Amino acid sequence: MDSTRRHFLKIAGLSVLGLGARPLIDAIADVGQPKVEPNPNALVGKRWAMIVDQKKCLKAKEGCKDCVLACHRVHNVPDMPNPKQAVKWIWQAPFEEVFPEVGNVYMAEYMKDSLKGLPLMLLCNHCDNPPCVRVCPTKATFRRDDGIVMMDFHRCIGCRYCMAACPFGARSLNWLDPRPFIKTELNMEFPTRTRGVVEKCNFCDERLAKGLIPACVEACKDKALVFGDVLDPNSEVRALLRQHPSTRRKQHLGTQPQVYYIL
Amino acid sequence: MLEKALTGNKGYLLWIAFLLIVVGTGFSSYLKQLSTGLGITGMSRDVSWGLYIGQFTFLVGVAASAVMLVLPYYLHNYKVFGKITILGEFLAVASVTMCLSFIIADLGQPARAFNVLLYATPQSVLFWDMVVLNGYLFLNIVIGWTVLGAESRGAPPPSWVKPLIYLSIPWAISIHTVTAFLYAGLPGRGFWLTAIMAPRFLGSAFASGPALLILFCMFLRKFTKFDAGWTAIQSLAKIVAYAMVISVFFFLCEIFTVYYSQIPEHIYHFTYLLSGLHGHSALTPWMWACMIMGITATVLMIIPATRNSEQVLPIGCALVFFSLWIEKGISLVLVGFIPSPLETLTEYVPTLREISITLGVWGLGFLILTILYKVAITVRLTEGPQTVEH
Repeated sequence: MDSTRRHFLKIAGLSVLGLGARPLIDAIADVGQPKVEPNPNALVGKRWAMIVDQKKCLKAKEGCKDCVLACHRVHNVPDMPNPKQAVKWIWQAPFEEVFPEVGNVYMAEYMKDSLKGLPLMLLCNHCDNPPCVRVCPTKATFRRDDGIVMMDFHRCIGCRYCMAACPFGARSLNWLDPRPFIKTELNMEFPTRTRGVVEKCNFCDERLAKGLIPACVEACKDKALVFGDVLDPNSEVRALLRQHPSTRRKQHLGTQPQVYYIL
Repeated sequence: MLEKALTGNKGYLLWIAFLLIVVGTGFSSYLKQLSTGLGITGMSRDVSWGLYIGQFTFLVGVAASAVMLVLPYYLHNYKVFGKITILGEFLAVASVTMCLSFIIADLGQPARAFNVLLYATPQSVLFWDMVVLNGYLFLNIVIGWTVLGAESRGAPPPSWVKPLIYLSIPWAISIHTVTAFLYAGLPGRGFWLTAIMAPRFLGSAFASGPALLILFCMFLRKFTKFDAGWTAIQSLAKIVAYAMVISVFFFLCEIFTVYYSQIPEHIYHFTYLLSGLHGHSALTPWMWACMIMGITATVLMIIPATRNSEQVLPIGCALVFFSLWIEKGISLVLVGFIPSPLETLTEYVPTLREISITLGVWGLGFLILTILYKVAITVRLTEGPQTVEH
C-alpha cells in the first residue's frame, strides 16, 4: 500500500515537472506554426469587387457563355441534369429575377431596346456584411480581410442554413455526388466536391494568389466583367463607378453586395 | 426500471413490433440517402429545407409543452398535475430525440456533425439551438428518471433535482425561442422576417403539446388502469383552449401586417399559401385544411360543453394537433422558400424515401415514448397514485 502511494506520488511529481517544463521546451525549440510564403506576384486588395457592365455584355453574340464556361473549367463545376439540383457559380437570369424588388414594368421596354432583352449575369455578391457567414455553425463559410466570402468544402456539414440566409440564391448544395456530372476537362489544381456540401463563386481566390484575375473576367472578350479593389480610388472599378450610375442587388437588406451592375 | 418495458400484453408487444418495422424501413431508406446524397429527397436548390426541418420545427414545440405541466405543478403546487407531469417530461424526451434525429437526417455530411462543437460558432443561431436542445433533452431525462426512480423506491425525489426542475422551465421557453430565431433573423426571407415568430412558436407549442398529452391521457384511461384524472385532463384542455386562441390571434396579426402594408416581399408568400401564386398552389389545400381544422378546434375548445365532453374533447385535441402540424411541420418552413429570393416559384413534393425516413423518425419517437410511458405507468400503478411531496 505504502509503496503504491510512493509510486503514485513519484509519477504525479514527474508529471507536474513535465508540465512546468513546457515553456522551457517552447523557448528552446521553435514550435511556431508552419508559415506559407505568399506568392510575390499575388494580387492583393483591400476590398475586392466586380462590375457587371451589362451594356457591354449585349455586344456579345446571343447565347455567349464564355464566362460561365471558363468558371466551370477552372472550378470543376458540375452540370447537373436536374435543374432543381443545379450547381451555379456564375449564371444568367432575366432582369425581373435579378432585381425583383425594382418592380418597374417599364424597365422591360428599356431592357428590350437598350439591352436587347438579354439576361443578366449573376454570381455571389461577396457581401461586405454577409448573412451566410453570420449563420454558418462551423465557420465553413467565412469572410477574408480582402472581402472574399470563402467556402471550406471540407468543414461544411451540409446544414444549408447559409442557403436559407443568402438573399441572392448564390449558394448550391451538392445534392448528389457531383463528380460524374463534371462536363469540362478536370482541372487537377482545384478540388472536386463531395456530395452534401455547399459551394459557390470564390472570386477565383486561387487565381488571385497566383497573380491572375478571375477566370470569368479574363474570358469575357467584351470586357463586360471588371474586377478590382473598390477601396483603391485609382482602380478600374472605381473609375467605372465614377463614370456610370450603378446599382446593386437588394441593397435595402444591408448586406452590402460587392457586385455592381451598370445597366 | 427499464426492465418494466420488456413485458406487456399482446397489444403492447404488437405495437412495439409495428414501431420497430417502421423504424427499420425508415433506417433502410436513410442508408440509401447516406450513400446517394440528399438528392433522393424532393428538396431542391430553391426549396433547400423540406419535410425533415419542418418536423423538427413542429416537434420542438411539442417538446417545449412539458413546461405547461411542470410550471403549475412545481411552481404553483398544482397537485392535480402530479400524476401526469412525468408524462409531459417523457414526451419532451421523445420529441427532442426526434428533433435531433431530423437534424441529423437533414445534414448533407452527417459524419461531420461534431464540427458544430469542434468549431463552435456563437454567432450562429444553429449553434445555440444545438446547445438548448441537447440541454433540454438532458434535463428531462435526468429529472424524469430521477423522480420516477425515487417513486419506485417509495422515497421522495433527491433535493438536487429541484434546481434542475426550476431550470427546465425557462429552458423550455428557450428551445422554442431559439428555434424561432433560426428563421426570424434572415434577411430576404419575407415570410419568416417577423418579430412575432418566437411568440407565435410558443403559442402553438402550448396548444399542440398539451393537446397530444390529453389524447395520450384519454388513451391510457381507456386501455390501461392508469387514470390521469378528469380534473387534470380538463385543466390541460383549458391550457390548449387559451394557447389555441393566442395562436390564432398571432396568425391574424401576421395577416394584418402583411396585407395592410402590402409589401411584395412579404405578401407573395402568404398569397402563395392562401390562394396560390402564378398558377402554383400545391400548399393551398393544406393551408385551408389547417385553417378549417384550427378554427373548428378553437370553437370546440372554447365552448365548455364541448370541451367538457369526453366524446368531443379528443376530436378537438386531434384537430388542434393536426392543424398545428400542418402550420409548423409543413407550411412554415416550405413557404419561406416559395417564392425564392429571385421570385421564381419552385414547388416541393417529398419523395417516398423521404416520407419513409420521416415516418421512421416518428416511429423512433413513439418507440421511446411507449417504452418510457410503460415504465412510468408500471411504477405508478405498483406504487399507487401518490403525489410527490415537495
